[in-house]
Amino acid sequence: MNLLNLRMAALAAGIAIPMAAVPAMAQDIRMAIWSANEAHLALFNEIAAAYKAQHPDVNVTFDSLPFDGYTTTLTTQIAGGNAPDLAWILETTAGDFVSSGALSPLKATFEGVEGYDLADVTQSALALWSADNEIYAYPFSTSPFGVFANNDLIKAAGQKTPAELIAAGEWNWDNANAINTAVAASGKQGLIVRDFDYKVWDNLATIWNGWGASPWSADGKTCTFTEQPMVDAMSFIHKAVFTDKSIPGPGVTADFFAGDAAMTITQISRASLLPKENGFAWDLVPLPSGPAGEYAVIGQAGIGVFASGKNPAVASDFLAFFTNPENAKKLAKFFPPPRASLLNAEVLGAANPLLSPEQIENVVIKGISTGVVKPGHAGFAEIQQTARAALDALWVPDADVPAVLKSVCDRIQPML
Amino acid sequence: MTLAAPPTADRSRKRPFWTMERRDSVAGYLFIAPQLIGIILFVLIPLGLVVWYSLHEWNVLAGTFRFVGDANYQKLAADPALPEVLTATAIFSAGLVVFNLTLALLLAILVNQKLRGITVFRTIFFSPVVVSLVAWTIVWSFLLQANGGINGLLQVIGIEGPNWLRSPPTAMLSVIVVQVFKNVGLNMVLFLAALQGVPRELYEAARVDGASRWTQFHSITVPLISPTILLTTIITIVGSLQVFAQIAVLTQGGPGMSTTVLVYYLYQQAFQFHRFGYGATISILLFVIVAVLTFAQWQMRKRIVFYEN
Repeated sequence: MNLLNLRMAALAAGIAIPMAAVPAMAQDIRMAIWSANEAHLALFNEIAAAYKAQHPDVNVTFDSLPFDGYTTTLTTQIAGGNAPDLAWILETTAGDFVSSGALSPLKATFEGVEGYDLADVTQSALALWSADNEIYAYPFSTSPFGVFANNDLIKAAGQKTPAELIAAGEWNWDNANAINTAVAASGKQGLIVRDFDYKVWDNLATIWNGWGASPWSADGKTCTFTEQPMVDAMSFIHKAVFTDKSIPGPGVTADFFAGDAAMTITQISRASLLPKENGFAWDLVPLPSGPAGEYAVIGQAGIGVFASGKNPAVASDFLAFFTNPENAKKLAKFFPPPRASLLNAEVLGAANPLLSPEQIENVVIKGISTGVVKPGHAGFAEIQQTARAALDALWVPDADVPAVLKSVCDRIQPML
Repeated sequence: MTLAAPPTADRSRKRPFWTMERRDSVAGYLFIAPQLIGIILFVLIPLGLVVWYSLHEWNVLAGTFRFVGDANYQKLAADPALPEVLTATAIFSAGLVVFNLTLALLLAILVNQKLRGITVFRTIFFSPVVVSLVAWTIVWSFLLQANGGINGLLQVIGIEGPNWLRSPPTAMLSVIVVQVFKNVGLNMVLFLAALQGVPRELYEAARVDGASRWTQFHSITVPLISPTILLTTIITIVGSLQVFAQIAVLTQGGPGMSTTVLVYYLYQQAFQFHRFGYGATISILLFVIVAVLTFAQWQMRKRIVFYEN
C-alpha cells in the first residue's frame, strides 16, 4: 500500500468509525405555528418532551411566526428550501395546500397508530383537509364565532341585553343592529367584526351566512356575490356602517376588549383578551339569526406535514402522537377539538373556565356541530386580494351595492 | 554542426515571477476583492437567477419548476392590472420627486442662514432619516386614521378631515407625504452642502448689478447647484420606484388598486400568490425602467446641468 492509499484508508476510517459509533443521527423536527402564547408553547413542549421520552433521537421545536403574513412567511421558507417539517395552516389557504401536493398524506399513519381512534375525529371537521379519500392535515382547532357583548354599555344605552333577547326569542340581526345603533349614538361604538378592518372581507361570512349568502357556489366554480342573499346581506352591512353608524366605519380604530364597543364578533379563544381588572359585564352569545334563520360559522386551523420536509415519516409520526386522544384532550384546553368524544360541556368547560356552561353549550358545542367553515378556495390569496380591491368601492357612503358586487364577480370569476 | 546550449541559464537576467507589477496587481485585486465578491454574490448572481427564474413557472407550494420560455413576459404584456399598476407607480414617483425636491431645496435655503441655533433645526429636519422606516410608517398609520391624530387636530380648528387612507386621491397623497417627510432631510443636507459651495462673491456682484433675490436664485443658485439637483433627482426617482414598506403598512395597495405600485405588485404575485417566476418577470420590468430612467437623466445632464469648469 503506497502512502496515498494509506492516507485515503485513514480518511475513510476517520469518517466511517465515528458514524458507526453513533447509532442514529438525531432528527430535528420543526413545527411552524402562529402562536407565541407562553401557555400554548408550554403545553406543546410538554407533549414534545413526552414524545422524546419514547423517541430519544427526535428533537421537536416550535417556531412561532407572526400571524400577520404567516402564510407568506411559510411559502418563503419553502421557496428557500427551508420548509418546516410541520405547520399550522389557516382554513382559508387549506385549498391551496391540500390541492398542491405540498402536504404528505396522513391517513395510513393515523390508522396505524394503536388507540388513535381516527373515527372519533368528525368528518365535518376533516372535510376541508381531505381530498380523494386521503387526509392531508389534522384540524386541531375548530373554533366557532360568537358575539361578545358589553352589557354595561348596552344597559347604559337603555337597551335589552342579548341574553334577554335570546330568552324572548328575539335575538336577530335587526334587534342586534338596533342595540348597536343606540350604543353608537351614545358616543361609543356598536359592533366590531374583529380583524375585518375593511380588508379581510371573508370575516363578514359571520354576518352574511344569516342571509344564506356565500361568495361562490358549493363547487367553488361560480361567483355568487351578485345573488340576492349576498346583495341583501351586504346592503344590511352597508346601511349599518354608513346610515345607522352601528358598525365603526373604515379607518376608525376601536377595541371591544378595551371597552370601546357594544359587541364584537370573534372566536371564543379571544375570551382571554377580556380585561382582568376594571372589566365590564360581558356575555358570549351565538350569532344573531338572520332572514335565513339560525346559523353558526367556524374557523379552522389544521396541522400538515410538508412532503418537502427533511423527514416526513418522523414528522407524521409525531403529528399522530401530538393529536392522539390523550394529547387532543390537553390541546382542547386552548383549541376546540375535532374529536366527538371531547365535544362535551365537561371537557370544554374545564378548558374554558371563563365561559359558563350555557355559553359552552350554546356557542361552542352548537357552533361546532352546526357551523359552516369560513369560505376558502384554491388560490385564495389572489381571490382575497382581488375581491378586496373591488369591494373597496363598497365602503363609501353613496356606494351602489349591486354594481359593486357585480364588479367583484367580474374580477374573481376568472380565478374560480 | 551543432550549437552548444548555453551552459547554464543566466539567473541574473531571468525575470523573477513576482515582479513589481504582479505584486501591485495582486495587491490591487486583494483590495477590491471584498467588494467584488460581494457584488458577484449579492448582485450579479441574484440578477442572473432572476432572469433565469423569469423564464420558468415556479409554484412553490406544488414544488414545480418548469421552463416556459417567454410565457411570463407575454403574460406581463397582457396583464390587465399592469396599466393601473404603472399609473400608480408613475403618480407616486412624480409626486414624490416634485414634492421631495421642492421641500428639500426650500428647507436647505431656510437652514442655510447664519443664525444662532440653526444646527438644531438642521438636526430636527434630518432626524426622520435615521428613524426606522417601519416604525415611522406605523406611527403615521395611526395619525392618518379617520379618528386619528391629524383629523383630531383639524377638528380643533373646525375642519372635518377626510378619511385619508380610504379614498384613492388622499391615500396616494398620504403615502407620498409620509415618504417625503421620512427622506426629505437627506436631500436637504445635499442641497445645503451645494448651497454652501456657491461662491459668495457671485451674489455680491449680482447685488451690485441690481439683481433681485429671485434673479440671484434662478441665475446663480440654480445653475451652480444643478449637479446636486441631478443627483438628488436620480436618487429620489430610483428610491421612489422601490417603495414597499410604506404601501404594505399604510394601504396594502388599496383602496382598489390605487396605491399598488410595481414593487408591491411584484411582492403580491411572488410571495402572496406564490408565482415566483412571474414575480421575477415583474422585477426585470422594474430593472429596465430604473435603468432607462437613470440613463436618460444621465444623458440629459449636459443640457440641464451647469458645470463651473
